[in-house]
Amino acid sequence: MIIFENVTKHYKSNIGLEDVSVKINKGEFVFLVGPSGAGKSTFVKLILKEINADKGKIKVMDKDVTRFSNRQIPSLRRDVGIVFQDFRLLPKKTVFENVAFAMEIVHAPRKKIRRQVPQLLKVVGIESKAKKYPNELSAGEQQRVAIARALANNPMILIADEPTGNLDPDTAWEIMQILDGINMRGTTVVMVTHAKDIVDKMNKRVIGIEKGKIVRDDVGIYGLEATLAQLEGMEVTTDTLQHRRVFNEREKKGEL
Amino acid sequence: MIRRFFYTLKQAFQQVFRNRAMTVASVFAITAMLLILGLFFIIVININTAATMIQQDYDSIEVFLDDATTEEQAQSMIAALQEENGVDEVLYRTKDQAMAELKARWGENGELLDSLAENPLPNSLIIKISSLEAANDIAKKSGALEGVEDVKYYKETVDKLMNATRFIQIAAIIVMIFLIVVSIVVVSNTIKLTVFNRAREISIMKYVGATNWFIRGPFLAEGIIIGLLSAGISVGICAVLYDKVIDMIGQDVFLILSTPMVPMEFLIYNLVWIFAALGISIGACGSIISMRKFLDA
Repeated sequence: MIIFENVTKHYKSNIGLEDVSVKINKGEFVFLVGPSGAGKSTFVKLILKEINADKGKIKVMDKDVTRFSNRQIPSLRRDVGIVFQDFRLLPKKTVFENVAFAMEIVHAPRKKIRRQVPQLLKVVGIESKAKKYPNELSAGEQQRVAIARALANNPMILIADEPTGNLDPDTAWEIMQILDGINMRGTTVVMVTHAKDIVDKMNKRVIGIEKGKIVRDDVGIYGLEATLAQLEGMEVTTDTLQHRRVFNEREKKGEL
Repeated sequence: MIRRFFYTLKQAFQQVFRNRAMTVASVFAITAMLLILGLFFIIVININTAATMIQQDYDSIEVFLDDATTEEQAQSMIAALQEENGVDEVLYRTKDQAMAELKARWGENGELLDSLAENPLPNSLIIKISSLEAANDIAKKSGALEGVEDVKYYKETVDKLMNATRFIQIAAIIVMIFLIVVSIVVVSNTIKLTVFNRAREISIMKYVGATNWFIRGPFLAEGIIIGLLSAGISVGICAVLYDKVIDMIGQDVFLILSTPMVPMEFLIYNLVWIFAALGISIGACGSIISMRKFLDA
């Protein structure tokens, strides 16, 4: 679905990505984790061709995005659903219109829009708020609208850039369940996040980026200890993590 | 295609309505500018008409004849005058023709002339001049002819008046161009403000995958709607004011310049097209120019 081949992107003063190669398959659910400024946003922006790579090849759905002209960008973005931390809803359109907008730009017939938008709102559980404006909704509800909009054109890929960043833990978890449901129906989901607890709970593939490089890529928990624990075949729980950490520290001090 | 058109239109009306404050601000800006332009346009067009009429009236020498002079005598005078250098054509005008022409020129007020018991106008010769240098000579010579009561020759006055009107016209055109430039700056800034307010909206639309034209369409239509709205208001205000002005000073102007003001219908008809064209182009240009930056980003 998404392939990065030796992709490098430098900014004026710092590194975005350095020689990154990664492959995300159809139907996967992938977490992209790492500290601020590590290159996560660069990764997402490159997929959407918001910025161009200095070197390397990026393929999205078997199409070489690096060779896309500016005219092809809109069609790329229609094929990839996006959800942001700050929702990015159109403030002067109602919930219904916000979701409908994504379909209107592909010139979907009005009948289809009228039929499909309520279905989408139902999927994310806010069918009763169709006539409200974004500022009349809670943060969690706004994010649901954003997800419904991202799904409007049945994208193969859904990119979520810290979708739970502005939400309280319970709401965040509800959003995660919606994303998980979407993934179950076959959509590839790439989620950028800082939320350790969510990553831990979901137990999906995790790609860690630090200073522009991929430092880990495996299934499991946020922290590296967890990966080690998994490699050793231990059952991964918060308890094992805690033990592992204590173990590591004692090993360092030479107590063991 | 048609669906697309109606979609764009619907979106535009929605934007106009939901951004009421900005719509009102833009309409005010454009209306103000159109009104000032309209004012100048009205002045210029009136001066123009007056000037052409005066020119037509007085670009010739009028030779008024004694009531005693017969038509045969007049014909021989015509023959003599036509021999003169610089004379293009000499016409004979009876007092009845003169009265009919005067009535036509006074238009609606021509009825006033019906109350005259007797036609006070004399028979006259009208000498069309082909060379200006000879005009003074011809005027003198025709004055010396027998049977001539008076010679009216306004050439110098007319020339002065023409120079004055030409000056006013040029000045007005310069002011109008200046005004158009200023108002386009003002309007595009107003619209830029609107677009700036919606920069985020535009970026979101781009994220969702809207093409530039898809985004531009409603904004363009919005600019045109605002332009048309302003044009309508301006035409309305101009019509009301012009009507008042004609009511108030129409008659005086009529007496001073002996030319009526440009009729209301003619003026408004022209103004509608001019304002509509200006409004549409200002609105459309304003929105396209001010959006460019945000669409490129």
